Amino acid sequence: MKIHVRGLSRTFVAAGRETPALLDVDVDIAEHEFVCLLGPSGCGKSTLLNIVAGFLRPSAGEVLVDGRAVTGPGADRGVVFQEYVLFPWLTVTGNVEFGLRLKGAGGAERRAIVARYLELVGLAAHAEKYPVQLSGGMKQRVAIARALANSPEIILMDEPFGALDAQTREVLQDELSRIQRVEHKTVLFVTHSIREAVYLADRVVVMTSAPGRIKQIFTLKLPELRDRFAPEFTQYESEITRVVKEEVAKVHE
Amino acid sequence: MSYGNRALGVMAPALLPTPGEVAAVFADTVSDGSLPRHVGTSLARVGVGFGLAALGALALGLLAALCVPVRLMLEPVIELVRPIPPLAFLPMFLVWFGLGEGSKVAFIGYTTFFPMFVAIAAAVLRVDVTLLRAAASLGAGHVDLIRRVIVPAALPGIIVALRLGFALALFVIVGAEFMGADAGLGHLIMEGRTFFLPAQIVMGALVLGLLGSIVNASLLAAERRLFRWREQTI
Repeated sequence: MKIHVRGLSRTFVAAGRETPALLDVDVDIAEHEFVCLLGPSGCGKSTLLNIVAGFLRPSAGEVLVDGRAVTGPGADRGVVFQEYVLFPWLTVTGNVEFGLRLKGAGGAERRAIVARYLELVGLAAHAEKYPVQLSGGMKQRVAIARALANSPEIILMDEPFGALDAQTREVLQDELSRIQRVEHKTVLFVTHSIREAVYLADRVVVMTSAPGRIKQIFTLKLPELRDRFAPEFTQYESEITRVVKEEVAKVHE
Repeated sequence: MSYGNRALGVMAPALLPTPGEVAAVFADTVSDGSLPRHVGTSLARVGVGFGLAALGALALGLLAALCVPVRLMLEPVIELVRPIPPLAFLPMFLVWFGLGEGSKVAFIGYTTFFPMFVAIAAAVLRVDVTLLRAAASLGAGHVDLIRRVIVPAALPGIIVALRLGFALALFVIVGAEFMGADAGLGHLIMEGRTFFLPAQIVMGALVLGLLGSIVNASLLAAERRLFRWREQTI
């Protein structure tokens, strides 16, 4: 197992009141596996991702990556954020090579790697632009290229397509699926879109409403290259929808 | 206005110099080399005083913003001293640093430090924490975070702080040179008062205004070059 999540709980304290966000979560993620975390908003799925990334400390339990406890962020776990979070003062190239510069990679090596990943995300023609000149979809492509160029074994994605319009979203899902077939990363992907989860994931982890616990795990028996209109696809979609709806209903009770 | 005054005799003509008289003083002092000398003296004092204050404000501003104990220690001291109009302390600077360059440089440094420190610390505190997270998950350590994320992200705010500090330095140099100086634009203006040369006073004030706008314009131009990334150029 690449990632072990063991008995993980997290409580937030605001204005003297304790709010449990995660309660005793156990998940294992295998190497090269693509796992989607799905659940109603506020169920703690982003909290779980932030703990795996090392941005937040758990209140109890631990996360092990390759058997070692996570104590902070690191280059072994690339992160793609919902709101892109590009460095606005750097060009597309500057953003993509950020991690390579930190490692002290030479100019020729950096150029080759940047060219490869900009090609992979279809942005080779925009290498010298600044983020402010790019559309949302292009920014997220840069963010994906930046994470991949650093060659982490794990990629953590926190609702990466949540801020995009429906068309761009599907295009980027297609691209991510294609990229994953090339790169074979271990991916933890947070989303609230069931369709997105069924399209991308090997396994879908459905969480309960707050405090977040694991409700059910679906192992998808679908081909690598998926057809959103195949009967098996829509079968999974409606099955998972039923489970998620129970939790959404609880939020509104 | 001054020509109207001459015609109507509202004020004594000597009290309101005409542009022609001001230009004449300007031409005279330029040709005998005294104006360039005064400007040079003032700018040197402003440069050194502001430069030292800027370095101090940058270092302490970063430190205070990044290190909570330092912030807690500095904040009360700064909030105590900052509201006091600096000019009120000018006589103390003359007592401490004497009539020479020391008192002018120290006074400019003292005056410009506080607003720059506060603005720089605020600019650093405003840096988006998700930028730091993004950099840390690409492998950035503490030094990388400061050098490659915090400084560039806070730079627009830092430049604004420096611009304000410099304007303030030009503002207070006059006051510092009113007291016990033998050169500088403030001295030139004071001399105009002592020997009753209104044209010289007005000329000194205009030169100060001109210097201020030249410096501001060049800093703005530098800012535009430096921050091309903020411009929308689709």
